[in-house]
Amino acid sequence: MLKTFRIGGIHPPENKLSAGQAIRKIELPAQVVIPLSQHLGAPAKAIVAKGDEVKVGTLLAEANGFVSASISSPVSGKITKIDTVIDSSGYAKPAIFIEVIGDEWLPEIDRSSDLKRECTLSSNEILEKIKAAGLVGMGGAAFPTHVKLVPPPDFKAEILIINGVECEPYLTADHQLMLEKSEEILVGVTLLMKVLNVTQAVIGIEANKPDAIKLLTEKATAYPGIQIQGLKMCYPQGGEKQLIEAITGKQVAPGTLPISTGAVVQNISTAFAVYEAVQKNKPLIERVITVTGKDIVTPSNLLVRLGTPMRALLEACGGIPPNIGKLIAGGPMMGRSLTNFDTPITKGSSGILAFNETESLRQPIENCIRCAKCIGVCPIGLEPYLISIVADQNDWEELERLHVMECIECGCCQFTCPAHRPLLDFCRLGKSKVGALLRQRAAKK
Amino acid sequence: MNECIIAIACLGGIGLILAVILYFVSKKFAVEADSRIDEIAEILPKANCGGCGYPGCKGFAEACVKANSLVGKNCPVGGASTMAKVAQILGLEASDVKPQIAVVRCQGDCTHRTRTNHYDGAKKCALASDIYGGETDCSYGCLGYGDCVEACLFDAISIDPSTLLPIVDETRCTSCGACVKACPKQLIELRPKGPESRRIYVSCINKDKGPVARKACNVACIGCGICVKKCSFDAITVANHLAYIDPEKCTLCHECVEACPQHSIVALHFSNSTELC
Repeated sequence: MLKTFRIGGIHPPENKLSAGQAIRKIELPAQVVIPLSQHLGAPAKAIVAKGDEVKVGTLLAEANGFVSASISSPVSGKITKIDTVIDSSGYAKPAIFIEVIGDEWLPEIDRSSDLKRECTLSSNEILEKIKAAGLVGMGGAAFPTHVKLVPPPDFKAEILIINGVECEPYLTADHQLMLEKSEEILVGVTLLMKVLNVTQAVIGIEANKPDAIKLLTEKATAYPGIQIQGLKMCYPQGGEKQLIEAITGKQVAPGTLPISTGAVVQNISTAFAVYEAVQKNKPLIERVITVTGKDIVTPSNLLVRLGTPMRALLEACGGIPPNIGKLIAGGPMMGRSLTNFDTPITKGSSGILAFNETESLRQPIENCIRCAKCIGVCPIGLEPYLISIVADQNDWEELERLHVMECIECGCCQFTCPAHRPLLDFCRLGKSKVGALLRQRAAKK
Repeated sequence: MNECIIAIACLGGIGLILAVILYFVSKKFAVEADSRIDEIAEILPKANCGGCGYPGCKGFAEACVKANSLVGKNCPVGGASTMAKVAQILGLEASDVKPQIAVVRCQGDCTHRTRTNHYDGAKKCALASDIYGGETDCSYGCLGYGDCVEACLFDAISIDPSTLLPIVDETRCTSCGACVKACPKQLIELRPKGPESRRIYVSCINKDKGPVARKACNVACIGCGICVKKCSFDAITVANHLAYIDPEKCTLCHECVEACPQHSIVALHFSNSTELC
């Protein structure tokens, strides 16, 4: 039986143009740019200097604090400078620039494609390897994986949920990865189960990927404790809270961590990266990315080294469309619009989407008629219309009472609004202002 | 007829009893208010702008009476004359406060800053700056959607249609600071008005390295430090590739204005100077 979450959600046109396209590698670029802040939390601290020579896998920057992740070099070559680059946040951030020379890997990385199932490491050793590989949640939020795998002392993980939902329209990278690397993913899930000390893992996959459900169900019989759960198509099912609810039926209470329900959620790409980090000693240096859009000549799923400029990806898919109006990092619902074709690929990039000029323009904003469609689709049960009005009046205390901090920025409200009001923009503004208020209050105490 | 009389008598009776109770309660629990609070509130401008840092004019009046001191208290809207009256009522000395004015520290109009992308979201600076750095390569500069205009209670700030930058109307600006708080880029600063409204300031807050700043905007401060060398009064400091003129030390000698290779230092109301906008 297909499951889903209880309130809200939408089902936008899927447009999975690159579905079924085999994952292919692209040529190495001449230069890669590695932003030091590729994850949630404190930016990593660079431990290399200008002129240093690096190989694939050399540690470039180490985690700076508990919620942070280290970064390894995705290419071999020479550090040309440590400067700033405008990343997908739209602001200049510190980054390491590497000139690519050859393709020389560190000897301990196993580059063969043989499947390695057995693992004799203890759970602590696995965790250390995950940490050293600089793994982060690869669904988009880029939360450091090792932090999520160590629940706070009062909580105990009971179930591991693997997110193979990929509910964002256009994106197919996870789908293709499930088809091509199913065994590796299942080994990765087994490793994660060992770290968390749980006996049950559920892989949630939406019903629009029947081939992936079928394949993984067949293979999972050889892996004890792993179940595959089909899910109804509903955006934002890939959200952590929504997926927990869809699979376990438990809701995450406002203001609490998802672990309070006993569930830990990891992305399917992260599970694959865990396999590679633990069994193959390979740090997170490349990932699968969907390059798509109606005017892209060959929408594709590419295996790309981190730090590659988006321009190189677009060129590998038939060039930058002449009528491009907007380039989006991620999917159309939660992705961020970019200002520059040379924005580097980071650990959290799941796709590149090119919109043409007519598709990309926002509709003119009209008046709110209180139709409450936004309330109906909000998966959290917020009142986006009210949040936008209160945010416009700069009443941050009232916004806090409206639970704006619970917003997951899925964009269902803005997608649904018949008056094209910038509801999500105001929710984001409210979150940043209320977040600052809360931090200020915590600092006073 | 009888029912009418009974009803009137009952309601009248209840009303009378309640009135007596209310009278005694109000006498018994009367709050002694300092009459000076109302007196001061009466002479304040009643703009309730919050520029003094208190919740409205009444709040300011209460604070003045309660503290029984005027140190650090100033009504920017009323200015020195109002504060003198307040001081007279309280029998205190008014603290000496120099009149201030809002200064917008950006000159990046269309001719100086080239647009590198197009923003089609809601026209509100707070929303745009939450999303990204802006339509030009300078992520510090004015966005031009007028959050400051909306915040101003005195109609003292407006967007110049030719430059798309805010201009401050000197006759109306009360230096209440509402625009300073509203600007998400922290472009607006309250600076001393200066003798005959003469002021010299660095009209840029770009903290990027020199070449990056110059590429983004023709009139950006590149932190070259020439002004620091020219200044004989140690009024200028350069930090994070950006010069800042301390208004307390500046003697309005004009040396730095001519020396600045980027023309990012602005001198206002000098007879031979080019004015901003």
